[in-house]
Amino acid sequence: MVEVKNLTKFYGSIKAVDDISFTVETGEVLGFLGPNGAGKSTTMNMITGYLSSTSGTVTIDGCEILDDPIHAKSKIGYLPEIPPLYIDMTVKKYLEFMFDLKKVKLPKKEHIDEVMRLTKISEQADRIIKHLSKGYRQRVGLAQALLGNPPVIILDEPTVGLDPKQIIEIRKLIRNLGKKHTVIFSSHVLSEVSEVCDRIIVISKGKIVADAKTDELSAQVSGGQKLSLVAEGSTADITEAIKRIPAVKRVTKTGSNADGSGKYMIEYETSSDIRRDVYNAMVRIGAVILDMQSGNETLEDMFLKLTSGKYDSRKEDM
Amino acid sequence: MGAILKRELSSYFNSAIAYVVLAAYFFFSGIFFYNYCVVYNSASLSYVYGNMLLIILFIIPIITMKSFADEKYQKTDQALFTAPVSLTKVVLGKFLGAFVLYAICSAIFLLYAVVISFFATPEWSVILCTFIGLLLFGAALIAINIFISSLTESTIVAAIVSMAVNLVIYMMTNFTSMISIDWIKNIIEKIDFATYYNSFKYGLLSAPDIVFFLSVAGLFVFFTVRVLEKRRWS
Repeated sequence: MVEVKNLTKFYGSIKAVDDISFTVETGEVLGFLGPNGAGKSTTMNMITGYLSSTSGTVTIDGCEILDDPIHAKSKIGYLPEIPPLYIDMTVKKYLEFMFDLKKVKLPKKEHIDEVMRLTKISEQADRIIKHLSKGYRQRVGLAQALLGNPPVIILDEPTVGLDPKQIIEIRKLIRNLGKKHTVIFSSHVLSEVSEVCDRIIVISKGKIVADAKTDELSAQVSGGQKLSLVAEGSTADITEAIKRIPAVKRVTKTGSNADGSGKYMIEYETSSDIRRDVYNAMVRIGAVILDMQSGNETLEDMFLKLTSGKYDSRKEDM
Repeated sequence: MGAILKRELSSYFNSAIAYVVLAAYFFFSGIFFYNYCVVYNSASLSYVYGNMLLIILFIIPIITMKSFADEKYQKTDQALFTAPVSLTKVVLGKFLGAFVLYAICSAIFLLYAVVISFFATPEWSVILCTFIGLLLFGAALIAINIFISSLTESTIVAAIVSMAVNLVIYMMTNFTSMISIDWIKNIIEKIDFATYYNSFKYGLLSAPDIVFFLSVAGLFVFFTVRVLEKRRWS
């Protein structure tokens, strides 16, 4: 549906986007993750045809954005980082204008009403955008992107500036959109991306440093999984018992609690589930498990690792 | 293009701009009309037209200053340039929007002519030809000023630079008398708006004059498209 090939962008002599390639299939929700200034917005602006690439191509549903911009652009709904709102218009007038500008062929009134209902701005329809709060403006921007039911929806940090309740609503909306549309959405909030997206691309300094299914990504980076354990009993016995489990790579005691129990971190191979083995081992030596949590390396850890430049998942693939 | 034209007009009339521009235009033309036609019992509007030419140098930049400068500043250009519309149509929509407002202003002259017709026989050919000349002159200035607006993010800069450029265009005739080098003088005469505007004043519609103003307008619409296009590449 969306095919990005060797996309590169120079701003003067600064390389903002460096040879990015990826493909997004119909119905996929792709999270575009990266620290500020990593090139997320530049990439999105190139995909939508707002900026031209220095080299490389973007193809939307078979239409090349530079060769056939009119067709390609008609397939995209885009919410830029700053919603492109004419603040002197009312919400309804603005959406009508965007409807005409995009040459949408659907029944005008019904479609605009539907989009407003979807983004929950029906009550604001006759208010002037100037007087709306940031959250509502963001939704008007989103409504604008949805006009005409474009097959590809691109959202640049859609949840910035929203309150938690709105964020949850928008995430829900994005997930629903993902059922019918191809969605690319950028964020620097990790939990958000992992919650909403099927697939994540991490970009840092203009380069893709990771591209994987959401659940595979952290495993891929840490090279193993972790289990945190709180147990009561002799430290030596517990460590010894756990070490005997075949899949375990390492056990470390990370601290102890006031009630005498100890905290342990167990690292084990990705393929196996060792929770039963740990339970059995503890029962055997008479130790008591107070808490056990199977935790992947947190996304935050992963993100820092990826963007610090020490790790390149693609090298492993090659 | 229709959508952009419609939005431009609604933005003019939803803000103070249209009313300020109309008020200024009507106020000055009213003063000139009173001073030349009413006080002197004259049926000729040529002085009124002549003086209004000076006023539009300042009014047109007010109309056009926001056209692209403000879009860039508010980032709304992202909506325009990612919509399935060609750049040329975007620019033409903006141009036509400004032109329609300007034409509405200028229509006051037809009213003055009607007022005159109650007391004397107006020279319709002169009045209508000068009116068309004024519209064409304005169209050329609008295109140039929209081009200037596309170069900056600041509406104030766009307005001031446009006014300065318009004044230079207006004073072009004076420059020819100051310059003694023949070929430069020739060139300036060839691009002097006044040269082409004068025949309208005498009630003559000639193709070269009309083509001149339309070409200037077309050329600067094209330049504006190029500027916007280039911005995507840099």
